[in-house]
Amino acid sequence: MNSPKIVYCHCAYAQVVPRETKEAVLKRLCDSGVEFEATSDLCELSARKDPVLLKIASMGEVKIAACFPRAVKWLFSAAGTELDPAKVQVINMRTESSEAACSMLMDPQIVPNWPIGKASPKPELVEN
Amino acid sequence: MAFSSNETFNVVWPDEVDCSSPELRFQSIASLLEKGYSVSRKTGLPEGNGLTESQNTIFLTEKSANELPSIRGAYVSTRGKNSVALVDAIEGAKSSLGLIKREWKPWFPVIDYDRCTNCMQCLSFCLFGVYGVDDGRRIQVQNNDNCKTNCPACSRVCPEAAIMFPKYKAGPINGDNVSDEDMRREKMKVDISSLLGGDIYQMLRVRSERAKSRFSKERDSEKALNERQKCLIKLAESGDIPAEVLMSLPSPEEIKRRAEEAAVKAAAARGN
Repeated sequence: MNSPKIVYCHCAYAQVVPRETKEAVLKRLCDSGVEFEATSDLCELSARKDPVLLKIASMGEVKIAACFPRAVKWLFSAAGTELDPAKVQVINMRTESSEAACSMLMDPQIVPNWPIGKASPKPELVEN
Repeated sequence: MAFSSNETFNVVWPDEVDCSSPELRFQSIASLLEKGYSVSRKTGLPEGNGLTESQNTIFLTEKSANELPSIRGAYVSTRGKNSVALVDAIEGAKSSLGLIKREWKPWFPVIDYDRCTNCMQCLSFCLFGVYGVDDGRRIQVQNNDNCKTNCPACSRVCPEAAIMFPKYKAGPINGDNVSDEDMRREKMKVDISSLLGGDIYQMLRVRSERAKSRFSKERDSEKALNERQKCLIKLAESGDIPAEVLMSLPSPEEIKRRAEEAAVKAAAARGN
């Protein structure tokens, strides 16, 4: 079985992803010897409707180290690119620790978390 | 001859090509990403790299110049280079290709169509022509570059929290899940007026009239300016809108014209 492809977003144009997390993830990727696509900024690819997004969509199973899955999904969509929800795992470097992000990224198993449909708030508990 | 491209520059880094240390490889890649390049780390490429020609691609190699395959694109040898020298050589290769990457603005809205109800509040609200509609009258972001950096105002008027700015500091505007609390807040500001304490256009018009009146009566330009600044600070605080965005708003007359234009566009899109 092929391992999922890895895409890393450096979020170069904002300080919203902790530098420590970005650096730890990139370093781990560089040291690991695995194949990966590193992009300066996923927002830039979306704004430019860069064909690289189509390439990512055609990779099969893919793990994307970036930010919130909802943002990533609609950045791809804004560029006219749809991904197969069953084949995408987004690792949120804004909220995960560097250790957790690296661990999820290097795990050969994919845990799809592409948002599907309107992400409704959790239903309120009904008291009996 | 230089020509502009809307694609990012890609540096292909086969695993057979290596700097002297993993630290150097990390530093080089991080530096390239900071400069706006994409980097493809490839494993198991066949002899001759198995790469196809590309205008926007720079290939790293350990081969000398006379050993390079004759496909289009730029080659940079990593031999004997530290990360600074390598990045400089890549920058040089990019220049020699004569490509200039078109500028882009990292701040623009992204619509979550799972939440969007096509109500056109954003189209009516935005004074900078960021929004438009497609052939099917569906709202879309049409002019990213018109967006005012750090201004999330349109996402605040969206009753469904469907507008994201991925580089914003807080959720749900940054793309984080929309919570119950967020939706309660949204329900409270379905009407734009509840966000800004009144119709922003009307408010600015009234302020402008008052200022004009004061100018004529008192000829006190400083007082009018202070008044305007106080008003803008209040607006900025209530909507987390950067003061410089409010300061750069067009004149009240121009705002009125643009608002009417946007309202007509929104009404047409709704099919009224």
